[in-house]
Parts: sequence; C-alpha cells; structure tokens
Amino acid sequence: MKASNQHHSFLRLDHVAFSYYSNLGEVNVLQDLTFTIEKGVFAALVGPSGCGKSTVLSLISGLMKPVSGFITFYSEDFSAPRIGYMLQHDHLLEWRDIYHNITLGLEIQKTKNKENLAFADQLLEKYHLSHVKYHKPSALSGGMRQRIALIRTLATRPDLLLLDEPFSALDYQTRLLVSRDVREIIKSEQKTAILVTHDISEAISMADVVFVLTKSPCTVKDVIPIAFEDSGIKREDVRKSTLFQEYFDTIWREMQDENTEP
Amino acid sequence: MKTQNHNTLDTTSLTAGQREFLRHQKLQKWYIFWSRIILFIGFLLLWQTASDFGWIDKFYFSSPSAIAKLFWHDIQDMSLLNHIGITLLESGISFLLILFFSVLAATFFWFYPSLGKMFEPFLIVLNSLPKSALAPLIIVWLGTGLRTIILCGMSVGIFGCILNLYQSFEQTDPERLKLIETFGGTKLQAFTKVVFPGNIPTFISLSKVNIGLALVGVIIGEFLAGRRGLGYLIIYGSQVFSRVSFL
Repeated sequence: MKASNQHHSFLRLDHVAFSYYSNLGEVNVLQDLTFTIEKGVFAALVGPSGCGKSTVLSLISGLMKPVSGFITFYSEDFSAPRIGYMLQHDHLLEWRDIYHNITLGLEIQKTKNKENLAFADQLLEKYHLSHVKYHKPSALSGGMRQRIALIRTLATRPDLLLLDEPFSALDYQTRLLVSRDVREIIKSEQKTAILVTHDISEAISMADVVFVLTKSPCTVKDVIPIAFEDSGIKREDVRKSTLFQEYFDTIWREMQDENTEP
Repeated sequence: MKTQNHNTLDTTSLTAGQREFLRHQKLQKWYIFWSRIILFIGFLLLWQTASDFGWIDKFYFSSPSAIAKLFWHDIQDMSLLNHIGITLLESGISFLLILFFSVLAATFFWFYPSLGKMFEPFLIVLNSLPKSALAPLIIVWLGTGLRTIILCGMSVGIFGCILNLYQSFEQTDPERLKLIETFGGTKLQAFTKVVFPGNIPTFISLSKVNIGLALVGVIIGEFLAGRRGLGYLIIYGSQVFSRVSFL
C-alpha cells in the first residue's frame, strides 16, 4: 500500500490478487482486480455471493495483504489515509454507554482529546441522537444502533469509509430508512465511501457508481455510473423511477450471466 | 425514544386485570418464601421429635436442641468463632489466589493460543483428578500448616476455573476483535477493551462456584493437616464420638 499525489483519484487498485491456503489447496479469491475511485464518491461493490467482496475491503483497510498488485491512495500531502470500517453488525459493546461506544475508536487510536470529543458530541447532536448519549445499547432499536455505529466510525475522522453489508442484520423497512440516512450522513460529511452489498436496490439507491464483480476469482466485470441527479430525480424518489428499474435490470443481467457461466 | 421502567409502575393507572395479575404474582412470591421457612422448621421439629421419642438413635443422629446448646456454648467461649474465622480466612485466601492465577493463566493462553492448546489436555487431566487424593502428597511437600491448607483449597477449583475462563476468552466474537483491528488496535487493546470486559459475567459466575469449591478444599486440607478450623473440628468431633460437635 502506498500514498501518492499523482492524480485526482482517491484510491486505485492495480492488478490486485489475493489467495489463501486451506486443506483442499490454494483458493484464488481475487485475480487481477483493477479499479479507481474518485475523491468524495460513494461506490458500491456488488457480485455473486462468496465472490470476495468483503476481502476487497479487508485489503483496502490493510487488515490483509495482497499476494500481488498495488493499492494506492492519492493525497495532496502524501499522508497515509485514515480508514473507517463499518461491519455487518453494529458490535456496540453492551457494558459501555452510547457515548463511550462512540469514543472507542478515539481511545484505541489515542486521540481522545477535547477537540475530538467535541466533534463526537457534534455528530450526536447533528444526527439527533444526543438524547441517547448515556443509554446502554440494549435500549436502542436496530436502526438507531446502526446509526451509532456509523457515528463511532465517523468520530475518528476517516478519509475513506468502508461499509461491509452494514444493513444486512436489519429488517427491510428499517433497512430502507437507515440506508437513506447513512447516505445523507456520508454525503453531508463529504466522505469517500465503498459499500459492499448483495442487494442491488441498495447499491443503486445509495451509490454514485456501482462496480459489478465476477464470481471468484473476482475481477471487475462492469462499472455502472448512477446518475439520477443528471435526470433531475431526487434521491428520496429514486426507487419509484423507471431509471432505477433500468439500472436494476442491467446489473441483474450481469449477475445472472455470472451465475450461469461455467 | 420512549423507555418504560417496569420497577416504577404507576399503580393508579393500572386496569383491574393488571392489578389482579400483580396481586397474584406477589402472592406467589410470599407462598414460596414462607413454604421454604415452614419446610425447614418442619424438618427441625421432625428431627427433634424423632430424637426425643427414640425413633432415631441420639448417639448417631443427635438432635437440633443438642446442637443448638453446643453451638451456644462454643460461641460463648469464642472457640467456634475462632475455628470459623480460621476456615473463612483460609477459604478467602484460596479463593482470591484461584481467581488471580486463573485470570493470569487464561490471559496468557489467550495471548499465546499455541501454549493454550498445548496445556489444555493437561489441565483437563488435572481438573478430573480427585483432589482429596492430592492432599497427602501436598503434606509431604509442604508439611502441615496454613500453606498446605490453602494449596488444598486452591487445588479443587483452579484447574476448572482456568479451563472455563480460557474457553470463554476464546469464544469472544471474532467480529468484535475485527472491530478493534479496524481502528488499528493492538492485541492488548482487544483484550482490555473487548475480551476481558465481555467476559466479566463468566468471571462472576466462576467466582460464585469457586467460593464453594475453595471452602470444600480448605475443609479437606484441615481434615488432614489442620490444627484449627472447621475441618479440624469435624475430624475431632468424629474421633471423640461427639456426633453433636460433628453435625
């Protein structure tokens, strides 16, 4: 992984490959994966189940190392990017109140200073969650818990947000509401984000660009820019639009081809 | 968000059905409480009567009144309190040492899982050993006295406590550990922020079990190597055929 200031791009994966070993032999998860994400863009990765979508996030975050290829972050000051990672479940710690859950990342990164604590307070205030500041997580609904998990990630002021199917544990109605809120929060904080999801509708309604991945060993099959704003469609109305259906059909066809190809 | 505190229900706003439900619950609690007391008193009365009327042999089974008299006598001359104090002190030290060494060993095994796996079968064997059989060996090693009794007290619970605590540490949700990793946290931070606090309920439940086990171990130690304490008193009572003292 390296930092550079050569382009306007924010992140580039260059011919990245990843494999692991099991009793059955070597498993190639990623092969020659190449894509670029611009600064401030909300990207979504969709693909067949088990194709290695979450592995891509683990590689970008540095939790795992690629076998070959490069992952490059472009920044003006050559600094390493701060990365926030939101997991499938909220994993709020039951023995801490909401406030101390939000400051967990700051404690770990040893950046729990006045300024950052005030920022965490601001986030709670801004997203109307200050009234639950001293509640235990068990007192909150699934949707609220997920919003708190996002604020916990944002409190560390990440340059890039990685969202690994963060709504899959929620019921459908809550999922729609929370995904809308999360997009709004990420956009208002002007963050670059990558969402991994198996839900095509979710990817279309939240992202600015959708990367369709092939089955394992995974590569990028297609890149579909989502341009509701160009057609004058507001984000809250996208699911009702015919353009939404067109995007859905395109992505669905691509994924069906993947499932039927030998 | 609206939250309801069930402990502070406003009884004036309750419906007749709810009031009846609460009354029934309260009655049920009283019924269980008094039934337990009556059962205990009934047992003592039956024992006393059986002893007084010669249904059971007083020499072997004694009677509650004889035990109460001896208890009062020993309380007055402070000898019983002294023995109880000694046993409690030994049990307390054994209990604290069990907890201390269990947390230390389980933490060490969590940080070095290969060592944990290496030691696990040995701990299982040590845990399944009859601990009273170890006591004579401990006497040979350490002689009679406080150290031997405390070690006997520890031997009963420590291996099970280490095993349970280590397994509980091991079962920490890997996704929670990943959460710490995503913030760039170290293994030590994963332990202090997630593993240890998440296992406090297991620690408390193991503590409850080990208070009793430490007492059992200390009594075994006092049987064999004590000059004071309840275990010594029981052995003394049985040797001088004082079943009252024994009971």
